[in-house]
Amino acid sequence: MRPVAQDALLAALEDGWADPARLHREGRQARLLLDQSRERVAAAFGCRPDEVSFASSGTQAVHLAVLGAVAARRSATRGPGHVVVSAVEHSSVLNAAAFAEDAGTTVTITGVDAHGRADVEAFGEAVRRDRTVLACLQSANHEVGTVQPVPEIAEACRAARVPLFVDAAASAGRMPVPEGWSLLAASGHKWGGPPGVGIMAVRKTVRWKAPLPADNREGKRVPGFPNLPAILAAVIALEAADADQDAADRKLRRLTGVIRERLPELVADCVVHGDPVNALAHIVTFSCLYIDGEALVIELDKAGFSVSSGSACASDTEQPSHVLAAMGALTHGNVRVSLPADTAEDSVIAFLDVLPDIVSRLRGSVGSARARSGG
Amino acid sequence: MSPRDAKPAWATQGPALSIDALGKKCPMPIIMLAERIGEVPIGDVVEVLADDPATRTDVPAWCGLKSHEFLGAADIAEATGWAFRVRRSY
Repeated sequence: MRPVAQDALLAALEDGWADPARLHREGRQARLLLDQSRERVAAAFGCRPDEVSFASSGTQAVHLAVLGAVAARRSATRGPGHVVVSAVEHSSVLNAAAFAEDAGTTVTITGVDAHGRADVEAFGEAVRRDRTVLACLQSANHEVGTVQPVPEIAEACRAARVPLFVDAAASAGRMPVPEGWSLLAASGHKWGGPPGVGIMAVRKTVRWKAPLPADNREGKRVPGFPNLPAILAAVIALEAADADQDAADRKLRRLTGVIRERLPELVADCVVHGDPVNALAHIVTFSCLYIDGEALVIELDKAGFSVSSGSACASDTEQPSHVLAAMGALTHGNVRVSLPADTAEDSVIAFLDVLPDIVSRLRGSVGSARARSGG
Repeated sequence: MSPRDAKPAWATQGPALSIDALGKKCPMPIIMLAERIGEVPIGDVVEVLADDPATRTDVPAWCGLKSHEFLGAADIAEATGWAFRVRRSY
């Protein structure tokens, strides 16, 4: 969490815990803070305050956006409709689509190129199918960083009169929100806010029907007493991220660029994934042949570096990352580095210093010397 | 033989080498393939039997990285898993 957000959270816990729905003084003050938060988020995303709702997480915002759009277009005579999603969406989007599919909606999952960029032609073709009620495309990929062609696909959706849901969780606060969305979701902790804050935005012109039981909160879109202290802290974090956007982008892009460039020189049989140019500045993902991703994460953790992995062995489900699989990318020995805003150049140098030895040790222990000569 | 029955040669002929990696977790099936592909003559086919879900992506990905020809994957009749066929290119 950004320090400024942490301070705001602690201060808000003192001031802002009252129920904004109540008429007593504390309630009215909380209401005011909630309304102001909504206005500030709307300004950051380029929409109206009455289009913005706060959810309890980015995942919940995604679920509500997708299922609400589908529910609004469900027709007794014409059926539950058809939804298009890219193969590399965050699991929350794919899970929401699968949930709708269980209730009868048909779902088309469209492919990506080797960088994980959505295939614009295939997506457009799927969107033009009869009874398409929603298209889903992320602003950028959360695992490999590739920025998606939202403007082109938004144009195809506009022409086909299909609403476009953009999961902007990976890019909000780091890059301008792409134009052309009909529904949007974002997640407060991704830009340095506290956990427990999701944002759902629905344009006034887009039909949306609450998929959960009726509740008067959040314009009847998100049930339950909103977490106002967390919302206040998330808004402060978002504004701090936006104010710093260009400088942070330049710095982080340079640091991940160093990793991208040096890795193939330092480690043999190693592939860096994703578009090297049209990408988020803070993420770099790579896979090393002949080693186990979970072991690599553990060794890097011992050396003081916190990374994730898209390898099957590193996941609860024993399945490799669906993003890497959709790209046809090597999934074993995978490491995903996500650099926080305050990353120092020294720590990137130190990371590149320890990685080659760790990879050698792990390769040596599997007895794969013959593998290197045979491949 | 009707067009529907026609299969490519690599799918009907036996491979020059069959590697049993069933029950092995990634990266082991790939390591086994990389270690042993040199045992067959250039142009011949190696088969890898594997059931780790990651192999579905990793076998073709390894072929792409190492410039060997990925021929395809077929379900194994007797077990849950796949038979991947790779042609040694050099």
